[in-house]
Amino acid sequence: MLKIKNLHASVDGKEILRGINLEINAGEVHAIMGPNGSGKSTLAAAIAGKEEFEITEGEIYLGGENLEDNSPEERAHKGIFLSFQYPVEIPGVSVTNFIKTAINESRKGRGQEDMPANQMLKLIREKAELLDIDRKFLSRSLNEGFSGGEKKRNEIFQMAMLEPKLAILDETDSGLDIDALRIVANGVNKLRSKDRAIMVITHYQRLLEYIIPDFVHVIHNGKIVKSGTKELALELEEKGYDWLKNEAVV
Amino acid sequence: MDLKEKLISSFLAFENTVNMEHPVHDVRTEAIKVFETKGFPNKKEEAWKYTSLNSLQKIDFSLFPNWENTLEYKDVRKYFLHEIDSYKIVFVDGVYSSYLSETTHDGVDVCLMSSAMNKSEYQPVIDVYFNQVASKDEPLTALNTAFTREGAYIRIPRNKVAKKPIEILHFSTGNEAALMVQPRNLIIAEENAELQVIERHQSLTSNEVFTNCVTEIFADKNAIVDYYKVQNDVATASLIDNTYISQKNGSSVNVHTFSFGGKLTRNNLNFYQNGERINSTLKGVTILGEKQHVDHHTLVYHKQPNCESHQDYKGIFGENSIGVFNGKIIVDKIAQKTDAFQQNNNILISDKATINSKPQLEIFADDVKCSHGCTIGQLDEEALFYLQSRGIPKREAQALLMYAFANNVLESVRIPELKARINKLIAMKLGVNLGFNL
Repeated sequence: MLKIKNLHASVDGKEILRGINLEINAGEVHAIMGPNGSGKSTLAAAIAGKEEFEITEGEIYLGGENLEDNSPEERAHKGIFLSFQYPVEIPGVSVTNFIKTAINESRKGRGQEDMPANQMLKLIREKAELLDIDRKFLSRSLNEGFSGGEKKRNEIFQMAMLEPKLAILDETDSGLDIDALRIVANGVNKLRSKDRAIMVITHYQRLLEYIIPDFVHVIHNGKIVKSGTKELALELEEKGYDWLKNEAVV
Repeated sequence: MDLKEKLISSFLAFENTVNMEHPVHDVRTEAIKVFETKGFPNKKEEAWKYTSLNSLQKIDFSLFPNWENTLEYKDVRKYFLHEIDSYKIVFVDGVYSSYLSETTHDGVDVCLMSSAMNKSEYQPVIDVYFNQVASKDEPLTALNTAFTREGAYIRIPRNKVAKKPIEILHFSTGNEAALMVQPRNLIIAEENAELQVIERHQSLTSNEVFTNCVTEIFADKNAIVDYYKVQNDVATASLIDNTYISQKNGSSVNVHTFSFGGKLTRNNLNFYQNGERINSTLKGVTILGEKQHVDHHTLVYHKQPNCESHQDYKGIFGENSIGVFNGKIIVDKIAQKTDAFQQNNNILISDKATINSKPQLEIFADDVKCSHGCTIGQLDEEALFYLQSRGIPKREAQALLMYAFANNVLESVRIPELKARINKLIAMKLGVNLGFNL
């Protein structure tokens, strides 16, 4: 599904990613871990096409297609979804209206007609139910005055609605208490499917107790320094990141 | 002959068209002297530093409109808030159109300045209110006063509520090569009265139009006045809109100004708080492109204790457009416990657009709460990326962010159909279809 080859990316001339290689197949959940400033969020934003990041070398493929010339919206139309660490507030535009716009713009981007209104309503109802989201929540202005947990739940709701091929969850656990974390993780688990690849970016092992990954990768200094299975996350929890930093130097 | 000379020499001819015996005519005669002495303001004056009237003064405007210009309702229907029932006071090239209007004397007076000045029963009201809050020495106001003949006259008596919104519409048809009009409106809300007014100036021609309008609004004790100015005129239409508001105890006057078009627009919006527990609200959304120029000059004069004022102006400037915001707040020595708030936020979406923003606070009381803030920025890149990552194309994403930016100004619009209309105008002005009904 996702294939990243020797990816180098810089921002303002400063190299942040220094040769990332990664392959995620449909149906798999990969966790990306690493200390602060290691390049985790940059990797997520680079895959989603943030223009601020300059790709100096390497390629990103989605389903075999090179994404090089694709704008963020085109990548979204092709099935990439990025859940933000800090979702943006949009006063005056309700959650429902926003998701309708996002869905129909994506359909337009793929050359499809707008989704019929009744089908849209049905889908909204279905997904809201799946994620235990209240009706009232849907009519509130997007992210405005939302608690940390509500913002993240809304991100997962949007993910559910947009049905991406590749979902990237950037620090979805940050700022959540354990109850909120559990709710959000449950939502993600419900969206696991054999057709969908999921990339979970996190600093802590905590989230991975609820979203069990198939593979764990550790980024340090813009490179993947270690890959393994879910046991690697536990090892990191125990030992911290320092032993890996040393290993990378060697 | 420049415009000033032309106006002064036309005054004699103008006099012959009005009743010179009426006391108002003395006011006119005084006013033309003020204009003759001062002339048009120029850029050397602080209040006109960023807005020049020079090019307007070079145009050969016709000052006396053709009395026979008519319009069909179907051609101008779209400029009315036709979704709902309203009172309508309509002028075509400065002349009242009874055909397009819907006035009333049923409990309230929604009619014409000319009839208010000509009928003796209105004389006491005119004596008490006419030219009482409008400036007597500001030259453009004086110019309008001198040529007072026509406009809207609205009086809502004590404890009455206007049942429908009142639309004041000024159309220009361009049967003249270039036309100057000077409407004069008088609006009186007596004790506990309530009304809603929507005012619009619309040119239907590509000929030059210059409107120098004066509106006086009097809100007596506990009266509520909602006033909406919709400015979305064509690129050859210029407007100087002078509004003077006098408020008494417990009254609430809310003015919203939506500026989306026109060549040059200057809004002089002046509030005088002549009582206690008064609430004054001034809100504006300005969205400009091309070479449009909009200048908001606001004044809130807190003369008595325990009053509030709330100003919130948002501007989005594209292409070569120019915006000005100058917000003046004066708090008199005795106006203790004043709560005055002023906010002006701007987004520049073009390298060639300009905004000049200036708060001007003169506070002479010591126990007051006054705050002001001004921001000038670009759209937030992170927010833009957020929307794009959800599949919303950049242009639509920008529009959505700009809409969100302007949104809290629309929240206080109390006529839902007008709010929907303004929403559509914003979407249109931003050149995008947002894909859902805002």
